[in-house]
Amino acid sequence: MQWETVIGLEIHAQLATNSKIFSAASTAYGAAPNTQACAVDLGLPGTLPVLNEQAVRHALMFGLAVGADIAPYSVFARKNYFYPDLPKGYQISQFDLPIVGLGKLDINVDGVTKTIGVTRAHLEEDAGKSLHEDYHGMTGVDLNRAGTPLLEIVSEPDMRSAAEAVAYVKMVHTLVQYLGICDGNMQEGSFRCDVNVSIRPMGQEAYGTRAEIKNLNSFRFIEKAIAHEVERQIDVIESGQSVVQETRLYDADKDETRSMRSKEEANDYRYFPDPDLLPVEISSALLEQMRDKLPELPAAKKQRFQQQYGLSDYDAEVLTAQRALADYYEDSVSRVANEEKLVANWVMGDLSAGLNREGLDITDCPVSAERLAGLVLRISDQTISGKIAKRVFELMWGSIDSADTIIDREGLKQISDSGELEKMIDQLMADNMSQVEQFREGKTKVMGFFVGQLMKQTQGKANPQELNKLLQAKLKK
Amino acid sequence: MSIRSEEVMKIAHLARLGIKDEQLSGYASELSNIMQLVEQMNQVDTTEIEPMAHPLDQSQRLRLDVVTENNQRESLQKNAPNVEDGLFLVPRVID
Amino acid sequence: MYNQSLKQLSTGLRNKAFSSVELSHYFLQRIKRFDGDLNSVITLNEEAALQSAAQADKSISMGEAGLLTGIPLLHKDIFCTEGLRTSCGSKMLDNFIAPYNATAVEKLAQAGAVMLGKTNMDEFAMGSSNETSFYGGVKNPWNLQTVPGGSSGGSAAAVAARLAPLASGTDTGGSIRQPAAFCGITGIKPTYGRVSRYGMIAFASSLDQGGAMAKSAEDAAIMLQSMSGFDEKDSTSVDRPVDDLLAHLDRPIKGLTIGLPKEFFSDDLDAGIAEKIEQAIDAIKSAGATIKEISLPNINLSVPAYYVVAPAECSANLSRFDGVRFGYRCEEPKDLEDLYKRSRGEGFGDEVKRRIMIGAYVLSAGYYDAYYKKAQQVRRLIQQDFARAFKDVDIIASATAPSVAFAAGEKKDDPVSMYLSDIFTIGVNLAGLPGMSVPCGFVDDKPVGLQLIGNYFEEARLLNVAHQYQQLTDWHLRVPAGYEQE
Repeated sequence: MQWETVIGLEIHAQLATNSKIFSAASTAYGAAPNTQACAVDLGLPGTLPVLNEQAVRHALMFGLAVGADIAPYSVFARKNYFYPDLPKGYQISQFDLPIVGLGKLDINVDGVTKTIGVTRAHLEEDAGKSLHEDYHGMTGVDLNRAGTPLLEIVSEPDMRSAAEAVAYVKMVHTLVQYLGICDGNMQEGSFRCDVNVSIRPMGQEAYGTRAEIKNLNSFRFIEKAIAHEVERQIDVIESGQSVVQETRLYDADKDETRSMRSKEEANDYRYFPDPDLLPVEISSALLEQMRDKLPELPAAKKQRFQQQYGLSDYDAEVLTAQRALADYYEDSVSRVANEEKLVANWVMGDLSAGLNREGLDITDCPVSAERLAGLVLRISDQTISGKIAKRVFELMWGSIDSADTIIDREGLKQISDSGELEKMIDQLMADNMSQVEQFREGKTKVMGFFVGQLMKQTQGKANPQELNKLLQAKLKK
Repeated sequence: MSIRSEEVMKIAHLARLGIKDEQLSGYASELSNIMQLVEQMNQVDTTEIEPMAHPLDQSQRLRLDVVTENNQRESLQKNAPNVEDGLFLVPRVID
Repeated sequence: MYNQSLKQLSTGLRNKAFSSVELSHYFLQRIKRFDGDLNSVITLNEEAALQSAAQADKSISMGEAGLLTGIPLLHKDIFCTEGLRTSCGSKMLDNFIAPYNATAVEKLAQAGAVMLGKTNMDEFAMGSSNETSFYGGVKNPWNLQTVPGGSSGGSAAAVAARLAPLASGTDTGGSIRQPAAFCGITGIKPTYGRVSRYGMIAFASSLDQGGAMAKSAEDAAIMLQSMSGFDEKDSTSVDRPVDDLLAHLDRPIKGLTIGLPKEFFSDDLDAGIAEKIEQAIDAIKSAGATIKEISLPNINLSVPAYYVVAPAECSANLSRFDGVRFGYRCEEPKDLEDLYKRSRGEGFGDEVKRRIMIGAYVLSAGYYDAYYKKAQQVRRLIQQDFARAFKDVDIIASATAPSVAFAAGEKKDDPVSMYLSDIFTIGVNLAGLPGMSVPCGFVDDKPVGLQLIGNYFEEARLLNVAHQYQQLTDWHLRVPAGYEQE
């Protein structure tokens, strides 16, 4: 039997706000336990929620970016369940009237563009954390994260492969960072993903029973978890059993998913409108204001990079994957005339390699866009060769000096002076007459010997084009 | 609408209320009486009537995104039954 | 002294006839002397009260005094008070000391009022007789065999016995007005959103509203003036200036139209009470108001709708009491579920558990539309009834309660009959309107309350009518036998 995979995703993006969604406590990551949980976050008796304006704006921004219907009137609801990391015994979320309605997002897999439906996006508060280290056989609860604003982004079950799912998650990940509404930090849990997976016989219209896989905090895990889950479901069905609708946890160490509920317990969340909060009304004026603030989106930027800078599809894709990287590229490229491809190569090559090596973000790059442009300019005007440029770049990485300063100080300026080069060539030919003869007899390969020797003598500083031209001329004489 | 003892057990569990077995039938009959009172609502047709969640026809006010609550852990944990290293302790949670 | 109006007390303080320390001491002594039987005050704040009284005396000397400076009062134990236990009448919070003040408490403290202590109440404000309190029932000073009403029964009994000139209350379905009626005092629940709910432990968030309980409309006006106003910490607080309540008291009521809902004057109403209400209406009429019969056709559904909305909201509001961060925790929980179930099972009383279960039931899968949504639709109909009525009348009048204070224990084991004792008051909460109760006579030596209902934000008008009525009558000045000694 041929099986088709059906995947839908729920992404939880922590919104980049200073304070929590319903309280004025800080959302900063990594504070000592419970030092950022105020009376409202702890659900102390008599405390009340007041909605953070910035969280609403961030949600609107996302809605506009995916071309969604923005609800003029949305409602917060209480989702009731008991858990130690949920202080009030209910989570304030949105249920039947979310702030962001139906939208869509294009993804690209192997050169094919596909549109994925975004069912909805709603605002809610994050829960705290249970720490399972042993406190005399007890669990410790840290509520610093409780009340951090989340945007839950729910997709349509539109994806048909792990690759499509990952492409979609990456697209959303890129988008929320572009919009500046989420830092995208998956290690710190700022961007989390639950995946709904089901399979059905190829050609069948009805969906199969789905399993929800939770706790996926890297693109690689998403891919592996889906692959594993699809295999598991095929095994289940082909062995004559049926898939149970359940929540499963991906265990990265064992590379498997396992059922989360030890005993089967149907959830009954008893959603109802939160009477402590009033309906959120979005005026068209606010919406227009947000629309004006909307930055250029990844897809549009990619297209522009191809047109404006003549970059390939691949280069444009890589450079626009991160807004900061794209900004860096544009800053740099604007400072050197006609070297769009060269700047791209440097940003995607040595610069990205350096960042990767040191685990740095582009925003923390030790070489500024201006300094990189200074380097490219010297390659462009043939002051140095590409090879020397690599040395200069290394030296720039560890200092604050400009390319020019380093070139001067290290004496790396390219030798393009034909008089000087001719003198060196003449001497070399005089010392190696047999090779000169060989060349003249048609063994043009020995050209390499001359170039190598001269490069060695000049420590690589000889202008390669100039050198070649002069050598050719003299040898042919 | 009458509520049976099994339903009392179910909702008591949903609400995490410890109820002794011998109390179940008492609660069942009290809750049934209350639900009978509630059922009187069915005397009136409410199709097309907009549900009313709030007395006042107002919309949510938005708060500026400013941090004004600083660390008050010590005073906020004074009422906590079991705390260690700033954490609230509960019986072991198994995921 | 105990029966002096707030203005008289304030003048006495300013004229140095007595100091706030002396006045506070005087009422603290009355509490000690009389409250043994009543059980209306569950926490005394003696030392801190005398300190803030001394502070008030300083302000008065410096000429910075307002009408409330140095005036003693009591707070219902539902209002969080920093550093002083806030139990909400429950074992669950028997050990809870809030690290903050409720906004209403804070505002009254800023106005210079001196908090003498906290008053008894039905557990989490769920009750109409004050018998559900973890601290035992409160007795009605007019007749110790009867209940004071609830849930603000402690505040009502304390003011009736003149243990304090003022007390705060909260009203979710009649919890200020019904005990005010049973105890022969004046109580006002303002428009929903007028008094901040911050720090007021929630029972049913869309219905709860804090208010004032006092001897007279004038005293209640002064207190309410201070408690009211916008609070940015409460999303449901209304950002709108508070009328000058005192300034409106003396306006003539000539030309006002008073509506009498026929549904509230049916044969079910006790004949003795009906007679007192008619007399009160006659008095108001004699001051120049016109009387008009109106109809609130859906008002009979207010109790059924209320017993869906209020339990639904409370079932979620009370989930935070889980034995983890504050409040009661059971001994030796064997696992997490045991911690939850026993802490809540042991920490909450029967009535609270009943309402939580009703709430969980009506919200549970498959029942939402039939109960919760239906109740919200009925709520809309009731609001529309009132809106229609207020097109024709300025004030609606009725009895506050269908009976006078009933005997302790009489309805304790019959929740439904207890619920029905709020039949005249609940609709006001569903609509969010302001309402008050004013003493208007006695039946079998037990006080009768006249309920006045106003349109949204018409507190000034309500208090004006009540005050004018109190210029013509002296029911509000009566003091129960045994409490008249200085």
